[in-house]
Amino acid sequence: MASKAKTKNVISDEVMISMENVNKWYGTFHVLRDINLTVHKGERIVICGPSGSGKSTLIRCLNRLEEHQDGTINVQGIEINNDLKNIDEIRRDVGMVFQHFNLFPHLTILENCTLAPIWVRKLPKAQAEEIAMEYLTRVKIPEQALKYPGQLSGGQQQRVAIARSLCMEPKLMLFDEPTSALDPEMIKEVLDTMVELAEDGMSMICVTHEMGFARKVANRVIFMDEGQIVEQNEPEAFFNNPQSDRTKLFLSQILDH
Amino acid sequence: MANARDKKYEFVRREDAPILPPPATEAGITGWLWHNIFESMADYSSIGAGIRSLSMAILSVLILYFGGAQIYALIDFTIFSAVFSDPEGIKREACWTVDQGGALPSGWHGACWPFVVAKQKFLLYGAYPAEELWRVNLTGLVGLVGLVWVLIEKLPYRREVGAAMLTLYPLMAFILLTGGNTDTEFFNIGIWLVIGLAIISAGRLGKRGFLGSTFSEFGTLIGFTGWVFLIFNAVRGVAAVDFGLEPIDTRDWGGLLITLVVAITGIVASLPLGIILALGRRSEMPVARLLSTIFIEFWRGIPLITVLFMASVMLPLFMPEGVNFDNLLRALIGVMLFSAAYMAEVIRGGLQAIDKGQYEGAQAMGLSYWQTMRLVILPQALTHVIPGIVNTFIGLFKDTTLVSIVGIFDLLGAAQSTIADPSWSSHVQALSVYVYVALLFFVFCFAMSRYSIYMENKLSKSRSH
Repeated sequence: MASKAKTKNVISDEVMISMENVNKWYGTFHVLRDINLTVHKGERIVICGPSGSGKSTLIRCLNRLEEHQDGTINVQGIEINNDLKNIDEIRRDVGMVFQHFNLFPHLTILENCTLAPIWVRKLPKAQAEEIAMEYLTRVKIPEQALKYPGQLSGGQQQRVAIARSLCMEPKLMLFDEPTSALDPEMIKEVLDTMVELAEDGMSMICVTHEMGFARKVANRVIFMDEGQIVEQNEPEAFFNNPQSDRTKLFLSQILDH
Repeated sequence: MANARDKKYEFVRREDAPILPPPATEAGITGWLWHNIFESMADYSSIGAGIRSLSMAILSVLILYFGGAQIYALIDFTIFSAVFSDPEGIKREACWTVDQGGALPSGWHGACWPFVVAKQKFLLYGAYPAEELWRVNLTGLVGLVGLVWVLIEKLPYRREVGAAMLTLYPLMAFILLTGGNTDTEFFNIGIWLVIGLAIISAGRLGKRGFLGSTFSEFGTLIGFTGWVFLIFNAVRGVAAVDFGLEPIDTRDWGGLLITLVVAITGIVASLPLGIILALGRRSEMPVARLLSTIFIEFWRGIPLITVLFMASVMLPLFMPEGVNFDNLLRALIGVMLFSAAYMAEVIRGGLQAIDKGQYEGAQAMGLSYWQTMRLVILPQALTHVIPGIVNTFIGLFKDTTLVSIVGIFDLLGAAQSTIADPSWSSHVQALSVYVYVALLFFVFCFAMSRYSIYMENKLSKSRSH
């Protein structure tokens, strides 16, 4: 793909995330089954799969929004366990963007973006605002800084959510179906922002059904079904030559219509 | 030949249609009257509509008549027929009718304001010594100025004034009203201060993880307890200083002073306590959840009268010989805990309305539990339940009248005892003072209600969603 060449190829050997034999249950339901995954710095991974296959749960385990019961997860060499200090440290370096934005409605856009830098990174207010305006400019909505989230469109809100995460200057971004709650005409503006982010070399793991996005920026696509990683490959090979029957079925369902 | 049928629709406007004033039924006073009163009784196009309109008309007249009669009776009693002065100093006879030996016409019925004026000092301050009233007045004045300052948004330094009102003002009020100089030994307080500091240090160490990881989770809580300890004892220390004010026993307090002291302490203390209880009840820590639930259900399960009785009659029985809490203080603590339980449930309602995504959004950015609560969750939750919170405040304000059953003379209790004064005895004595007390209560409660509506409008406007 022509656009693919634009993306800086900066994948290093440095391991960012390693998941070993991770298992998780919701009650008696085995939601993650023997997950093994290694992510290197600079990688852009797209996770897809039918609903209920555990994709969201997997990335939510990476910043402890969900607790895994078995196996080990290391993020930047720090193990995720019950130690709150470890979790705080990991969350500081891992940004997350949600399906429903989860902006804080009682704060302005600017306050949304400066909240964590001021309270978690302990930056002075002026500096935090400077950083926030820089990232708001990058997602192309600096003029909305003093409005409240309720006054913005869905696409604008999601771009604010991305800027808000970036203000913490994370080393890894997690996207949990960032375009699923958006009206069709707004999906593109959010995807464009994500593509730009990828082109700047940000490591990211993205749960999405946007296969165009996967082809364009991902260097690896992971297919999950029933809590397991069924297949992973480079996007070209994954889309053109899927190996597993389940992958073929899934791809035929989402691509042919 | 262009067909004539099409031509029929051809139209070009050459002149603008005039912009006309609205009919009388749409705008101005007549419009308001039409839409709000007469429209509902003007439709006689069918039998059903006619019956409805007619019954609306009859109902309106009835309500107008009875409501109007009530309001007129009240105005007549308090103003038109009222006796305003007693220039001759004849006291009760100023409010007597001819039949009773006075000068007023037979069947007269009106407020006896000279009586209320004569009892004013007692109604407002109780038996507080007359030469020391400036202390109460000063406390009230500073409180009023501070409150207005905090409530009006245009004034500068609101945050600082608010902080002073919550920290320095209670201390000042305590010393001014009681006279300070409590006979606590400074050595004793010193020891407690050191203990407080020790608890804070333990909390700090725990937070840094020096005392193990399970302990670190409670570091904030331990530190907080330490601060409460330290501040409480520092306050005790200041209160023990001799400022040269004459000590005045709370048994001499009374009237509006008591009502305001009980209500304001209850209101100010119940909000933070209620927040902590509500958070505790929704906590993931089983111990905190259990303790909060037990506390809330216990205090909600017993009537306030029982609480007050227990506090003033039962509690001293369990105390060791010689230890004697002030009666007012015991009632205050009872009211405080009681209202905290109610407040907790109101706030819990607000917390439940907050989407789970808000917690996740805050957590994913690395905010701690307390930061998440303080910066993200509580501002939203409290805004949702402003009507409920103010409702609890107003309920609490009126419930303060119950302290009179344990021998504390609040406004209503003071009013009742003035009725026993035979030198003002007349057939309107009781009614006059009750109307006055009702008016005072109404002013305070109505003010709270209006401010809450103003806050709701303001907050919903600024967020516009």
